[in-house]
Amino acid sequence: MGNFDKKLERFWEIFIEHDGYVRVLTGLYNTIYIAVAGLAIGILIGTLIAIIRVSPKYNRLSKLLDSLCVFYVGLFRGTPIVVQLLVAYYVMLPVIGVNMPALTVCVFVFGLNSAAYVSEIMRSGILSVDPGQMEAGRALGLNYRVTMLKVVVPQAVKNIVPTLGNEFITLIKETSVVSFVGAADLYVAFNYIGSNSYEFMVPYLVMALIYIALVAIAALIIRQLERSLRKSDRRH
Amino acid sequence: MIDVINLRKTYGKLDVLKGITTSIKQGEKIAIIGPSGSGKSTFLRCLNRMEDPTSGSIIFNGQDITDRKVDINVHRRQMGMVFQHFNLFNNKTVIDNIMLAPVYLGLRDLRRLKWQNRIIKLRNLFRSERQPLQPINTSKAQIKAEARETALRLLKRIGLEDKADVYPSTLSGGQKQRIAIVRALAMNPKVMLFDEPTSALDPEMVGEVLDLIKQLADEGMTMVIVTHEMGFAREVATRVLFMNEGSILEDDTPERIFTNPKHPRTQEFLSKVL
Repeated sequence: MGNFDKKLERFWEIFIEHDGYVRVLTGLYNTIYIAVAGLAIGILIGTLIAIIRVSPKYNRLSKLLDSLCVFYVGLFRGTPIVVQLLVAYYVMLPVIGVNMPALTVCVFVFGLNSAAYVSEIMRSGILSVDPGQMEAGRALGLNYRVTMLKVVVPQAVKNIVPTLGNEFITLIKETSVVSFVGAADLYVAFNYIGSNSYEFMVPYLVMALIYIALVAIAALIIRQLERSLRKSDRRH
Repeated sequence: MIDVINLRKTYGKLDVLKGITTSIKQGEKIAIIGPSGSGKSTFLRCLNRMEDPTSGSIIFNGQDITDRKVDINVHRRQMGMVFQHFNLFNNKTVIDNIMLAPVYLGLRDLRRLKWQNRIIKLRNLFRSERQPLQPINTSKAQIKAEARETALRLLKRIGLEDKADVYPSTLSGGQKQRIAIVRALAMNPKVMLFDEPTSALDPEMVGEVLDLIKQLADEGMTMVIVTHEMGFAREVATRVLFMNEGSILEDDTPERIFTNPKHPRTQEFLSKVL
């Protein structure tokens, strides 16, 4: 640690004079972009899967759709995200014959991956609402869809939001593997600085601090959201 | 009013209801008693198809409502149901609990009527003879105002009008159950089904709920009550059904069931609970 000043100096040199900061900002942007867009896609598809999985299975089509969803969730939860990225980028794309920037592929893979987790979060959120609530709505002559939308889902949201926030934080951290397919995230940026200054201690330390800051900000936003949801509970 | 014919319900190998036949007439107050697991609640829940019976039929409004083609929601609106655990909507205030179904259904009917009129107007463009529009004599605001008025009147009746804008989590069990009862009444049901309405209450709150049910009975409401409150059954019911192991063992006036039960199983049960 004796020459920490020197290391800091060298880091600063690359960071400022060799456009290191541009790469870091790009990496930061990509990290946030993949996490946010991934979660958005995840919520979209995850909601769809959750709806299919919790609705009553009264005919063959709904049973088939249900088992497809079970398979989907099993597939994406059963393989590491790195493997999913590699397969998507190096297997699926050439097979279909489509050219796509690595960043786009990452957004899609993270979206599809988080859809599996989000669907389970939503499903368990809906299932944790007392079944008596649904019964009461149905007994009044409201149909399944209306009771779900007006009674069950608003109560489920309170269970879902905190866990969804967790999923977002997980996503932010997991984006650190996108360099496997050549997308430029924070890791790529700091690795560049490290290789050019022959000095990795400071760059990786700063990278860790940036991740911690990112997660802290995300946690703060989630806490605010939760608080505003709970407020509607206390209104008398 | 409701005719039940050979109603059966099985869960896998378990026979819960073994062919129940009975009929419920306008104005009757029927108490269903019997030991736990005798199928009382299942029978009650089959009446508005909260449980789907395995076979048999239930004739209500001249229609067999066990038929899957029947829109059960239409019939459920005329059968109020009160649950053991109240099941007030936790995300709605007391008045919204009562208004939800009437307002939603009222607005939906209004919407449908307006669409039908739009289609008639469109068709009239191509017709030589104009078809008259269907009259609409209400509005969104009016539907909401009427539902609110009804809800407030019902709340006043049970003395809880000051709780209108409160969430259910702040109420006592007795208050919740009385609100659950008027929530069902707001739909103007022809018959009320009570599924052990006082079983989840603190003893000191049982009275207020039973009093309300008794008031309804005195007003001539047709009702079916699954209950463990024998005194109440005896006082209010016009007919008592004793159920055991999925069938009705005795079906008689409360007078005769409680003073002179014929079946040995009924005697045994009553000697334990009375």
